[in-house]
Amino acid sequence: MQTQHHMLPLVVNRARYVVGGKAIIEDVSFTIHDAGLTVLLGPNGAGKSTLLKLCHGLLLPSSGSIRWGEADVAEVQQQQAMVFQRPVLLRRSAAENVDHVLKVRGASSAQRARVIEESLEWAGLTEIADIPARKLSGGEQQSLTIARAWALNPEVLLLDEPTANLDPGATRRVEDLIRSFAGAGKKVIMATHNIAQAQRLADEVLFLNHGRLLEHAPADRFMSGPSDPLAARFIAGELVE
Amino acid sequence: MNEFSNAFRTALQLLVEMDPGLSEIVLLSLRVSLSAVCLAAVFALPLGALVALTQFPGKRGVVILMNAMMSLPPVVVGLVIYLLLSHTGPLGVTGLLFTPTAMIIAQCVLVFPIIAALTRQTVFDLHEEYDEYLRSVGAGTSQKIATLLWDGRTRLLTAILAGFGRAIAEVGAVIIVGGNILHSTRVMTTTIALETSKGDLGMALGLGIILVLIAVAVNTAVVTIGGGASRRTV
Repeated sequence: MQTQHHMLPLVVNRARYVVGGKAIIEDVSFTIHDAGLTVLLGPNGAGKSTLLKLCHGLLLPSSGSIRWGEADVAEVQQQQAMVFQRPVLLRRSAAENVDHVLKVRGASSAQRARVIEESLEWAGLTEIADIPARKLSGGEQQSLTIARAWALNPEVLLLDEPTANLDPGATRRVEDLIRSFAGAGKKVIMATHNIAQAQRLADEVLFLNHGRLLEHAPADRFMSGPSDPLAARFIAGELVE
Repeated sequence: MNEFSNAFRTALQLLVEMDPGLSEIVLLSLRVSLSAVCLAAVFALPLGALVALTQFPGKRGVVILMNAMMSLPPVVVGLVIYLLLSHTGPLGVTGLLFTPTAMIIAQCVLVFPIIAALTRQTVFDLHEEYDEYLRSVGAGTSQKIATLLWDGRTRLLTAILAGFGRAIAEVGAVIIVGGNILHSTRVMTTTIALETSKGDLGMALGLGIILVLIAVAVNTAVVTIGGGASRRTV
């Protein structure tokens, strides 16, 4: 977990994100130094998705700053990949979905053919390569979006509640892929409201509620006894709002 | 009623015998309308997509105008093209008035807003879904347009066929700029108008039947292609 990663540290400094006068992210500051898997944990509406999108540059903070190492978010967006809660899949076959991102990045056709094959094999999707992506099961669809991210060979993978709509079997397969990503030395940041999932996957946890960062701790310490009282209630299974 | 059955009999006879006069008219109709639709689509698809994806001052007005132009009256389009192409008009030197080319131009003007406006709506809807993905992978504007046009292909094909339906069925524009000249610019709709006024109802009804059959064939094609595409890729 403590491996070095050339895009880190991720430094978020007093980030605020306001829509229509309402602050979705309120004065959030943290620094992520280590590779491995960071989980943004918190109930629905805590601002996890928004924070991920800010870190990816899909949204710009209303104030404050977000930097990856020495670089601005926009400069490193192409070294990241993002997986959304509802898989965004093109109306094409599974293989063509992977092909699309490679084409956008200007890969040669020989390169594309090789990477498509490797990525689908990595995700265990070789057999469904020619099936229309939108005909796949929910689990296969989300695996495909992760395979598509893998094809880009990003330094950082951001995932927004990737298993929120999946059954346990599919969740297990998707989690295996996420672990494999982190195991390959990539930085993975994942949003989830699922405590058990955070326990299974996280190296460190950022606990958010109502747009504020309430705790940032290594996963084992957080799970065994968070210092924030609200986080403690959340871990205990109470319905935190 | 007797008149109708006589007309119907004559119509069927013309169709069964593949009357050369009739097939000449049908082929010219198809040539003019297909050319107009293809020409319109080549420009309207990327333009509709571009309007959907870009922000510019006055965009709202442009969108309203595009939608309003879908119901341009064919006779008015015919009149304007006539004025432009008539020998005293600014494009008179081209000598295109009363030629099939003039008819293609007029139908192209009629069909262009239909394809452009429906493309804009299709691409806009699809972009809502794809926007974050496309930005996340770093697609440029032309890559976005290509992606959205391809993924919207079923609905866009329907838009193009809607344009074809409008072109093949209209009479007002082609009769003004084409002049309904025998063996030169006579198409199905202008012939139906002429033959009906002359009282030759058999020919008119025969062409009417073909027009309806073409409409049915076109829509069957839409459903088949659309259904096929959705089975394969949606």
